[in-house]
Amino acid sequence: MDVKLKNISTSVPKKDHKGKVSGQLAYISDVKVENMVYGVLYRSQVAYGKIKSIQLPDLPEGYEAVGAENIPGPNYVKIIKEDQPIFANEWVNYIGEPILMLIGKDLDILYGLLDEVKIEMEEHQAIYTLDEAIKQKSTTGVTLANYEFGESLESISAIEQGAYQIIEEEYDTGYQEHVYLEPQGMLGIYKEDEIVVQGSMQCLYYIKNALITALACGDDDVSVVQSPTGGGFGGKEEFPSMMACHVAVAAKAVKKSVMLVFDRSEDMVVTTKRHPAKLKYRTALDKEGNILSMCVEVFLDGGANVGLSSVVLQRALLNSAGVYKIPHFHAKGYVLKTNTVPNGAFRGFGAPQSFAGIESHIAHLSKLANIDPLEYKRKYLVKQGDPTITKGNFRDPILMEDMIEDLLNASDYKKKKVEFETFNQQNLRYKKGIGTSLFLHGCGFTGSGERDHIKAKVRLYKSKDDQVSLKISNSDMGQGIFTTLSKIVAKELDLPYEEVLYPYPDTKEVPDSGPTVASRTTMIVGKLLERAAKKLKAQWQHGVEQEVTEDYVHREMIPWDEKTFTGDAYPAYSWGVNFVEVEVDTLTGNVKLEKVYANYEVGKVIDDRVMKGQIDGGLAQGLAYGYLEKMTSKEGRIQQKSITDYGPPTSMDVVTIQSKVFDNPYADGPYGAKGAGELTLIGGAPAVQSAIENALQTPFRQIPITPEVIIESLWTREGEEG
Amino acid sequence: MIKFTLNGRKIDTDAPPTARLLDLIREDFNLIGTKEGCGEGECGACSVFVNNLLQNSCLVPIGSIEGADVVTIEGIMESEQFKVLDESYSEAGGVQCGYCIPGMVMASAALLSQNPHPSEDEIREGISGNLCRCTGYNMIVDAINLAAKKGDGLWQKK
Repeated sequence: MDVKLKNISTSVPKKDHKGKVSGQLAYISDVKVENMVYGVLYRSQVAYGKIKSIQLPDLPEGYEAVGAENIPGPNYVKIIKEDQPIFANEWVNYIGEPILMLIGKDLDILYGLLDEVKIEMEEHQAIYTLDEAIKQKSTTGVTLANYEFGESLESISAIEQGAYQIIEEEYDTGYQEHVYLEPQGMLGIYKEDEIVVQGSMQCLYYIKNALITALACGDDDVSVVQSPTGGGFGGKEEFPSMMACHVAVAAKAVKKSVMLVFDRSEDMVVTTKRHPAKLKYRTALDKEGNILSMCVEVFLDGGANVGLSSVVLQRALLNSAGVYKIPHFHAKGYVLKTNTVPNGAFRGFGAPQSFAGIESHIAHLSKLANIDPLEYKRKYLVKQGDPTITKGNFRDPILMEDMIEDLLNASDYKKKKVEFETFNQQNLRYKKGIGTSLFLHGCGFTGSGERDHIKAKVRLYKSKDDQVSLKISNSDMGQGIFTTLSKIVAKELDLPYEEVLYPYPDTKEVPDSGPTVASRTTMIVGKLLERAAKKLKAQWQHGVEQEVTEDYVHREMIPWDEKTFTGDAYPAYSWGVNFVEVEVDTLTGNVKLEKVYANYEVGKVIDDRVMKGQIDGGLAQGLAYGYLEKMTSKEGRIQQKSITDYGPPTSMDVVTIQSKVFDNPYADGPYGAKGAGELTLIGGAPAVQSAIENALQTPFRQIPITPEVIIESLWTREGEEG
Repeated sequence: MIKFTLNGRKIDTDAPPTARLLDLIREDFNLIGTKEGCGEGECGACSVFVNNLLQNSCLVPIGSIEGADVVTIEGIMESEQFKVLDESYSEAGGVQCGYCIPGMVMASAALLSQNPHPSEDEIREGISGNLCRCTGYNMIVDAINLAAKKGDGLWQKK
């Protein structure tokens, strides 16, 4: 069946459906190559210390050890800073940091040998928690990154002096673990003249660049191929670069192909997570509870290396005022080092922490003004033409008021509030509540990242028999870009969708169209593909091999200056409103989701079904971040080593989500599309908190709001009330 | 020597009785549709049928399957029931990264065999041992609901 696309949003069968539904598509752990051995990593058992000596057991024939001395290039994983060793050989900075790799045919034998490795370590005083790091933030090496911007503290201080009251709040957010169903895996294939690295990944060229540095080799000596990727959510953004360095260094050293696949407990304990954060708010109010000024401080627990944390902090700060126009705003933020597993990219990238914090704070302020939280929020909602907190501009139409009105009607919000109040008065044990969240997501890289760092290039190839293929470096990790990007090209060329090919990318075949991150793929890469397809169409010659390329063109707005933190931080924004109803059991502290409503605006939907998948999956993760998923670290050790210990949602925890997507085409996106993947997660946690607060009439200043947190707050309140 | 049936084929194996059925399926028979997601019986990615019952093959020692009938996703791929599930998962958009899907399809088949017309709650319960991190489950619930309708009559045959 040929599908010619009339309306771009109409759903089509997903390109990779068949292989996935039957399980016959080979993920990296399903792959076997000739002369393949396994690698296992010996990891530090000490949070902070100096390696004094390494003693290896006698290795049987065919078993070898690889470490820092085998790295041809410098011993670091190229990300942003040079602070993450491939194999730690002097200092170790967290429990789980790789020190060496054992290689051989049999995994059981390898695990046995790992137990016999003896490393003598000189232990030093570690920093285990964000609170400790905040106290020591002036100590050399603790602050890994910091930014400050907004109105001067002098002028804010003057406003505060004339204020009726000043409200200070602190808000804490916890770890979040990706729990992609496919654990991390990477294979380094040894060939005479090159190393091929294949695996589960989001960013082929991040890996390739890391390999060129680590192997000190030329561009042609290494290539990177994406395997089917069983979920990413940011967890396969920068972390796979380290694994790629491990298998490539090992393959080169032992002249065999080396497979490194984590089991779940290793994956949970050593891979990057969402940054735990502390957010501090200081807000001046007038007598009626109107906001006069606000100062925000953001502290992110970076873990042991900076990794991408500075960029995560940027996004956290850029979202620190939420969707609100706050008069006289000032913000500063820090990434602080702790001797814990490094934190990194996770869907939302700093924004979920900020939105949880600001939505909570604003709702708490509304109580002082004696106004419904949603009404109070609407008073401050940004409008088209308003400045951003970095003196940029919200230049495109904003549909938030329509989206809110729609959900007020759909949920019968006002009636529900009254009903729930009555219900709660009549019921001692169960309490019902309804809550809301308003949010946005800046699409694409922050500031001039696309122009200065990424410089994306896309290619379309047409064979002699007129078969068109996408040649781009972006990964389908489940989000559906095989389908959506192929649709854009098919529609532009007026070809049946099935006839446009998008094979798993291989850096030998595809140019660097940038990483698959930051809600940039559809908007940025999709737009380049749309342009490339237009160009190919204009030059189309039947029966002739043809190739067209397109390069990123920067649309200049208010230039972004990272030093002063001013200008347009993003080319465009996607928007969302969530309403959530819960029932809280005050005896057990359990929270049951009852209804979830979600409206979004992402420019234009490229495939209705793919979009719904992003909404349902993103919101499930976001809601769970607010009340269900809890990960902790104790003296540098992650405490939750299994999925059940951690508690991501099962099918029983989720309810039907009533969602709608509003059309608002964006000129610089393909068919008007903006980013969608991260946006859907962001509103979940603040909406669930708002609903729990409404049910219990108690403020919370942290997520996740677990049953323990609820019970404790009820006891505290009982104590206060006598 | 342990004897059992795998996808209708008689098998003799000298693998140790403590070996995991999951490893035997994947390593010795190269049946890659059975995935390992956690190795602790928590995620359901390795779901297979043992004597028509849904089991996490990572928790099944080979010693316990003497004489048993083991069926993996490869064993049902040609069936009418699978075709209906395949279509329904596609139509409902139940597949994203795909890693949980073969296990989810096995759980769906198990549920529908026992209960050809499940309610939404029964579907949610039926797949509650299978984790999915991409979809938030709702489109999978829709897929199973659709398969129940499309495959009306098909599931009772068994």
